[in-house]
Amino acid sequence: MSTQQESVESEPEEPESQEVPEDQEMSGLASPQQERLQRKQAALEERERAESDHDMDDDRVHLKVFRYDPEVEGKQEPRFDDFHVPFERGMTVLDALIYARDEFDSSLTFRHSCRQAICGSDAFFINGRQRLGCKTQIADLDQPVRVEPLPHQEAVKDLVVEMEHFYDQMHAVEPYFQDEETPDASELDEQRQSRENREKVKMSTRCIWCGACMSSCNIAAGDNEYLGPAAINKAYRFAMDDREDEEIKEHRLRILEQEHGVWRCQTQFSCTEVCPKDIPLTEHIQELKREAVKKNLKFW
Amino acid sequence: MSQSYNRGLVEDFGRWREFSAGMWAWIFHKFTGWMLIGYLFTHIAVLSSALTGPDAYTGTIQGLESLFLIRVLEVGLLAVAVFHILNGLRLLMVDLGIGLESQDRSFYASLVITGAITVASVPTFLQGVGI
Repeated sequence: MSTQQESVESEPEEPESQEVPEDQEMSGLASPQQERLQRKQAALEERERAESDHDMDDDRVHLKVFRYDPEVEGKQEPRFDDFHVPFERGMTVLDALIYARDEFDSSLTFRHSCRQAICGSDAFFINGRQRLGCKTQIADLDQPVRVEPLPHQEAVKDLVVEMEHFYDQMHAVEPYFQDEETPDASELDEQRQSRENREKVKMSTRCIWCGACMSSCNIAAGDNEYLGPAAINKAYRFAMDDREDEEIKEHRLRILEQEHGVWRCQTQFSCTEVCPKDIPLTEHIQELKREAVKKNLKFW
Repeated sequence: MSQSYNRGLVEDFGRWREFSAGMWAWIFHKFTGWMLIGYLFTHIAVLSSALTGPDAYTGTIQGLESLFLIRVLEVGLLAVAVFHILNGLRLLMVDLGIGLESQDRSFYASLVITGAITVASVPTFLQGVGI
């Protein structure tokens, strides 16, 4: 194989060498080492030229966006479209996408709503990592910026993925306060939580249901029944809340300790790495594992 | 539901360049675990030669130890075992909820210690054998 490749490479050089045979030897193409050096030099010059080109239109952001639409004939085969968006200071990936849609291609489809990392609709796979489009500064990224729909979820159209399964898992852990004995309204009109307990569940309440963690988890990718980091975190938020009865906590742990519950987690920390709200997901899952063990451990 | 497209390598090991410390730790732990299981079988096979008699056993061991390849494999076995032990301790800490915020550093530490022990073991393992 390698000899074939070499002959192909040397072919374009042949006409040159036929014209000026002495020159070829003079310029030092004789040894392979010198040939390599020359190729290296050429590559360096090429790179420098590319860099100076880049400087010229430094105010443009190069976006590569995943395009796919099963309903449009020309888009059934997925491809990447290039957009060159004028850069502004403080521009996020979402801003750039909005510009590309408004100015260049109105068929570019993606979810977004609040643009301030609260609604959780614009989680994309940006430069090989799950990130929130509205929370990711273009200036922090290497160009070209590659924007793809979240992995391990079905791409419906362009950057829009099917979220139904994710929501099903979130609902499976009963993410709502349930207490049989609500305090009498006459004596207490609020159900107070202690400050310490609030601190304990604080981080877990920050989940915005963006689905970045679920997409990054390769256990969830292989096991569709696995609850996933977001749902377990949701369960943590309620299981650790002191205002719920012990019985309900046990009921919650029963859901979590099933075959496709907390024990599927293999502590790869992928979810914790990508969470845009910095929730320590792995830590919460591990704590629930310990709770589940404590509940079942009997020494007599 | 609408059609969807399988994005292939984007969704699996094709992303290995983007894996973070925790992911590599998991992959290495699985890999070393399988290697140790594989070694267990060869270990039993070698020990079983003692069933035919002490001479057969001594012969097998001396025969194997005179091979350069076997010595190299022994260094590899040590590396695999040391990493599995160290990362196992790391996972124990993770399970106990201790130092989860420095899990990546503990993975790098186990890699470095594994490397150091492996390099330090080379003279011992390659003593008195030629290529």
